[in-house]
Amino acid sequence: MDMVNIKINGMPMSVPKNYTILQAAREAGIDIPTLCYLREINEIGACRICVVEVKGARSLVASCVYPVNEGMEVFTNTPKVQKSRRLTLELILSNHKRRCLSCERNQNCELQQLCYDLGVEDESYFDGDNPETAIDASCAHLVRDNSKCVLCRRCVAACAEQGIGVIGTNARGFDSHIGCAFEMPLANTSCVSCGQCIVACPTGALTEKDQTDEVWEALSDPEKTVVVQAAPSIRATLGEAFGMPIGTNVEGKMAAALRRLGFDKVFDTDFAADLTIMEEANELVERIKEGGTLPMITSCSPGWVNYCELYYPELLPHLSSCKSPQQMFGAIAKTWYAKREGIDPKNMVVVSIMPCTAKKFEVGRADQSAAGVPDVDIALTTRELARMIKKAKINFANLPDEAFDSPLGEATGAGVIFGATGGVMEAALRTAAEWITGDPGAPVEFKEVRGTAGIKEAAYQVGDLNIKVAAASGLKNAAELLEKIKRGEADYQFIEVMCCPGGCVNGGGQPIQPAVVRNNVDLRALRAKALYDEDAGLALRKSHDNPAIQKVYEDFLGKPGSHVAHEVLHTSYQEQKGYK
Amino acid sequence: MQKRIGSLPFTGTPEQEAQLREAIARHKDEKGALMPVLQEAQEIYGYLPIEVQQIISQDMGIPMEEIFGVATFYSQFALTPKGQYKISVCLGTACYVKGSGKIFDRLSQKLGIGADDCTPDGKFSLEACRCIGACGLAPVITINDEVYGKLQPEDVDTILAKYME
Repeated sequence: MDMVNIKINGMPMSVPKNYTILQAAREAGIDIPTLCYLREINEIGACRICVVEVKGARSLVASCVYPVNEGMEVFTNTPKVQKSRRLTLELILSNHKRRCLSCERNQNCELQQLCYDLGVEDESYFDGDNPETAIDASCAHLVRDNSKCVLCRRCVAACAEQGIGVIGTNARGFDSHIGCAFEMPLANTSCVSCGQCIVACPTGALTEKDQTDEVWEALSDPEKTVVVQAAPSIRATLGEAFGMPIGTNVEGKMAAALRRLGFDKVFDTDFAADLTIMEEANELVERIKEGGTLPMITSCSPGWVNYCELYYPELLPHLSSCKSPQQMFGAIAKTWYAKREGIDPKNMVVVSIMPCTAKKFEVGRADQSAAGVPDVDIALTTRELARMIKKAKINFANLPDEAFDSPLGEATGAGVIFGATGGVMEAALRTAAEWITGDPGAPVEFKEVRGTAGIKEAAYQVGDLNIKVAAASGLKNAAELLEKIKRGEADYQFIEVMCCPGGCVNGGGQPIQPAVVRNNVDLRALRAKALYDEDAGLALRKSHDNPAIQKVYEDFLGKPGSHVAHEVLHTSYQEQKGYK
Repeated sequence: MQKRIGSLPFTGTPEQEAQLREAIARHKDEKGALMPVLQEAQEIYGYLPIEVQQIISQDMGIPMEEIFGVATFYSQFALTPKGQYKISVCLGTACYVKGSGKIFDRLSQKLGIGADDCTPDGKFSLEACRCIGACGLAPVITINDEVYGKLQPEDVDTILAKYME
């Protein structure tokens, strides 16, 4: 690699030629403050927070985009630099709705942090015109309040990175604002509800639609039996909201916290993930044997299902008819479990804790009411759960590790890994391999489909079948596979698609990490590791070995793909229309 | 000021659409093709309504919002139709001092439309413009290529009457 010699604050160092000043400074142990910069997706040098002095340069330069060159001398923290950054912040504050105390992002706001770190003294120094901008709450999953927007464009970049691009900057100058084409509400566009814009937002301008009040309400209603399910990835991320290291598995504390919040039963979506595998692996084997539409594509990720319905309706027959684990859980809870416990499904409230904002949309989908009432009532994000735990003053870090309740809390390692890209594929292969070969010693680990690459491909010889599979995460990668299918070049039998890059561990409902963490730490890999580690340590790692699953089939469903299973666990898809 | 978005029904013809698609095909593979396409689209239709931006979006594979962002950034692009008679009132310094604001108000009241708007019959559109360099005639308005100068608010009525028949 070609290196160049530079000096940062007088310290000589040698860095690769293709580095920016920002990267070089980080190697020198200095995190130059940034606001608009998100590595690889938003490198536009727009906000001017990251300015530094370069000897001989005419003016301050934006270090996030300025390349190093031989002999360069950089000063990252001179009075001139400090003054400029402070001035920029004061100007941003001049039309920022400074309601920090009631803001959802209070204490987790990059603007707030910068103002504190860089020593803004008078936040109303340039107090100016503060137009009350309209709030867009048209979607089930998100609220946009432009009066808290700093126009960093990180949300725009995140949306474009998904290949969606329904939000952008409209008008110019002081009128510039983030919006949709023709200022239409987001709900009229082809937004897939993935929420990647929310986790990219440095301030409180974009937030999930908070439904915690509905849950508090249900919990205090003596008529209602309130059961909760937590998605596979939540245990790998919830700890972050309480200051724990990224990748800490907090499964036991999470179950304990949910119990202390007052849920009547604390269950695990991993159970429903195992159930999904039973149905999905069966559907795959049937499609292969009976000449059904191939490749079959997973349908667990509601952002992905929205994408397929909006952008590739002609490929809907490829989608597995299985409901997602969230919905399967609700369906079983309100049918089999409710009957067993003598609870009227109308008096049961199913709350789910999801890594995902699109799950808020999914609960309202048609054909998802196995017991005549919606399978799931309220889908909360990881962030909303953390908020509830904080509000209830539960001492999360010191909670004992507790187990989920039985029977809908019993799961195998196959369910656990659903939270990472490739996990559903691997879980399905574990079961399909044993079913096809009839050999309980069939392999458990399919490592080729693990990892954070956008598209992963593998081929496996299972009995006399050669199964070719692919796993994509991030919709741009999914689109690549879909185009291949359309061109007739995809010879896979099975494809897993996850809407969010890296899968659910990086979902739009997960705890928000500031840009400095996102830019320098592989969140997806660290969080996924927590799940794979848990799987590796479990005795039961194949969905069909789950005794609770076996019981449900014995008592109620019969066998995978049975008539009852179709009634309760399967659904259908329709083309959706929205401005693109 | 933010651009007004027109609300009059779209009246594009198949001929216009063919012209637009031809223009897109001509520019499609150029770098930065969106600008020339938007310019030609505006020449064809007089403005860039949602129907037109949708055709551009579909044919060029560019998200609607990206097109709308460009159309609202540059002042040369209009989102409201121009009338058969396009009235521009100069609000440059000299005209403004000489009372062009009152001329504008009179026109607005007579036509029943505001700035960047078009009458429902498509006959008149009204806009404010910056100095057109005819300060000697202040206050000045233009209707298509005709220039009317040294106006009093009452003159508006007689001028409009000429175009009303």
